[in-house]
Amino acid sequence: MEKMTIKNDLCSGCRACELVCALNKLLENNPTKAALKVEGVFPKPGKYYVNYCKQCGNCAEVCPTLALYKDEGVFKLKKELCTSCYLCVDACPKQVLFINKDTNLPLKCDWCRDCSVVCAHEAITFLEEA
Amino acid sequence: MLYGYGGKNLWIDLFTQSYETSATDEYMAEKYLGGRGFTAYLEYTYTKPGIKPLSDDNHLYIASGPLSGSLVTGAGKVEIGAKSTLTGGYGDSNMGGHIASEMKFAGYDLITLKGNSEKPTVILINNDKVTFQNASHLWGKGALESEALLKKQFGEDYQFMVIGPAGENLIRFACINHDFGRQAGRAGMGTLMGYKKVKAIGIKGSKGFPLKDPARVLELGKKMYSDTRNKPGYRYWTDYGTPGVVRWVNENTAFPTKNFFTSFMEGYESLAGEVMREKIVVTDKGCFGCPTPCGKYSHVVLGEKDVYVEGPEYETIALLGGNLLLKDIKEVAYLNYVLDDLGLDTISGGNVLAFAIEALEKGVIKESDIGRKVGWGDVEGLVHLSEMIARKQGIGELLAMGVKEASKALGGGSQDYAMEIKGMEISGYESRYAPAMMLSYMTADVGAHHNRAWAVTYDVQKGRDKLEDKAKRVIELQHIRPLFDALGVCRLQWVEIGLTLQHYAPLFEAITGREYSWDNLLKISEKIWNLTRVYWFREVPGFGRGWDWPPKRWYAEPIPDGPAKGQLISEDKLNYLLDDYYTLRGWDKEGLPSVDKLKELELDFVVEDLKKRGFYQY
Repeated sequence: MEKMTIKNDLCSGCRACELVCALNKLLENNPTKAALKVEGVFPKPGKYYVNYCKQCGNCAEVCPTLALYKDEGVFKLKKELCTSCYLCVDACPKQVLFINKDTNLPLKCDWCRDCSVVCAHEAITFLEEA
Repeated sequence: MLYGYGGKNLWIDLFTQSYETSATDEYMAEKYLGGRGFTAYLEYTYTKPGIKPLSDDNHLYIASGPLSGSLVTGAGKVEIGAKSTLTGGYGDSNMGGHIASEMKFAGYDLITLKGNSEKPTVILINNDKVTFQNASHLWGKGALESEALLKKQFGEDYQFMVIGPAGENLIRFACINHDFGRQAGRAGMGTLMGYKKVKAIGIKGSKGFPLKDPARVLELGKKMYSDTRNKPGYRYWTDYGTPGVVRWVNENTAFPTKNFFTSFMEGYESLAGEVMREKIVVTDKGCFGCPTPCGKYSHVVLGEKDVYVEGPEYETIALLGGNLLLKDIKEVAYLNYVLDDLGLDTISGGNVLAFAIEALEKGVIKESDIGRKVGWGDVEGLVHLSEMIARKQGIGELLAMGVKEASKALGGGSQDYAMEIKGMEISGYESRYAPAMMLSYMTADVGAHHNRAWAVTYDVQKGRDKLEDKAKRVIELQHIRPLFDALGVCRLQWVEIGLTLQHYAPLFEAITGREYSWDNLLKISEKIWNLTRVYWFREVPGFGRGWDWPPKRWYAEPIPDGPAKGQLISEDKLNYLLDDYYTLRGWDKEGLPSVDKLKELELDFVVEDLKKRGFYQY
């Protein structure tokens, strides 16, 4: 199975991944609504980090309505079961589960891979799990 | 609804520390696109004619474009425009980074700064909310230091534009800094910000903006990124960025060396992109949406100095390396850091420093004027002189006016080696053996800047002695390249990686819903070019052919050594190039656009305006 892999030292902070994520998930041109986040630490030491969903499943564990379920290694949301209690948002250790203010639903990365398509620098790739 | 636009303009009145908004003008969006189209249109129609560049009436325009902030490669380019404090003519400066995208996410296509603040001020824009903060504690501090303090004070998610002491002290070639290393370097935009007592502008936006067909943008945008990555030039460019061309420029003898004395630097290899990457680069640093980040962020330890700086990029290597004979990339990077923090444009700055050393050698300036010895390749002396300029100390006050005004004041033949056109210091291409590049500099609409038409490659491809067809190619480039500045995106994926231009018009349509062919877009670019040209005629008494002329060194001193030894473009040849250029453009012998040309470009309001001012009376 392919797994999302991040190499922070290859990230150049362009945020194309955030932009394409919001377009894919919401058809919106707004990177602040993406399910991943790029952060830079400047002026010292001059590094970027990508906060992303590792599909750890903490969100599903706390979901009282079983709206979050596992599908081939990826945790996905059944919208009709979600009550917008946001326990999942609080439980996310990487803080990459966001609330979509328009729908009030949590926005969850489902490893659609579009971020890796626009990451020309290959900081984000999907590699076969060893 | 205006798709592809933030939708609003923000008008800031610094006298009253207040602001208002208006809807983005649909006429302007349709006819001038955005970015440079907006700055050119507003400078001509909204800024009062005949004002002094350093005056309360000189508005500072900050404009994104319709493609900025969307899924288009390099969608992070902002245009900053005003009557130039350096040249007195049309002024704009283009900057990468994250300002263009962030202002659109906050809902703005245009931010205009009017009037002056009494006290040092930070303007904070958080979506619809605009506040004015006291900046007294930052006044006098370096631009890089100030940006770090501002991020600490107001939050990492603000994108800041900041000036250094050079802007505060009204040095005519002060730049605006952003994101620890991006600059709107040219034409003195930082000088005007300093005059307005605005130390910084911070922008944070979370609103996004509407697209006409988001699903199509997603599809076309992803293809554009994939195509970029699959181009053969992608890897080299991404690894080395603009410093990757240092070798090519030297091999083709176009490297400004020792105040443009010659065209080739012995030992240039030590400044090449590969050496820089190995010695100092810590990370690649991209502008918004960039798949090919030319930005290289460096850590430099030089003696007791330990600094971080973005760069040096090619132009800085050319003007601080070749032009000052600094042969160690660490020294170039350190001087780059000093100039960035002081808030001085490295291109004009490198020219002014080189001019000063030559004037010192020729006895026009004395060692006592500087207070110490300063020579070629002397990094400590150059740092000392840079600080004198930024703080207007001693001879620094005179040099702070730029080489044109400084040489006029100094006399002693120094105007012959004051390397400027229209008052703007020449950027990184020695052009005595490159007629198209020479013509590009002569006719660039802000003064001698390379980004309007990087034509030196055409000289190399088509013959460096050849004059025919050079004007035609320069004009083509002057329409294509500045069009990117009106669209608010970077041109380098096209120039350097070879991404085809066919990508842009379909994405433009999916984003804005407006059907423009690439040719339609180029026609708009030609209109903008003519508008900036007539601005010079209106604003500068006596403007004409003579203003397109290069400094004497470039037509009277043959290249003295190296592979291009003996090369020169004579005055006769310069006249041939200009005549050809003016004719092809539909301009007269002085370079004034004809009434027919202006009407063809729907610039009837310009014809009326110029007629009232006594033009076209013959």
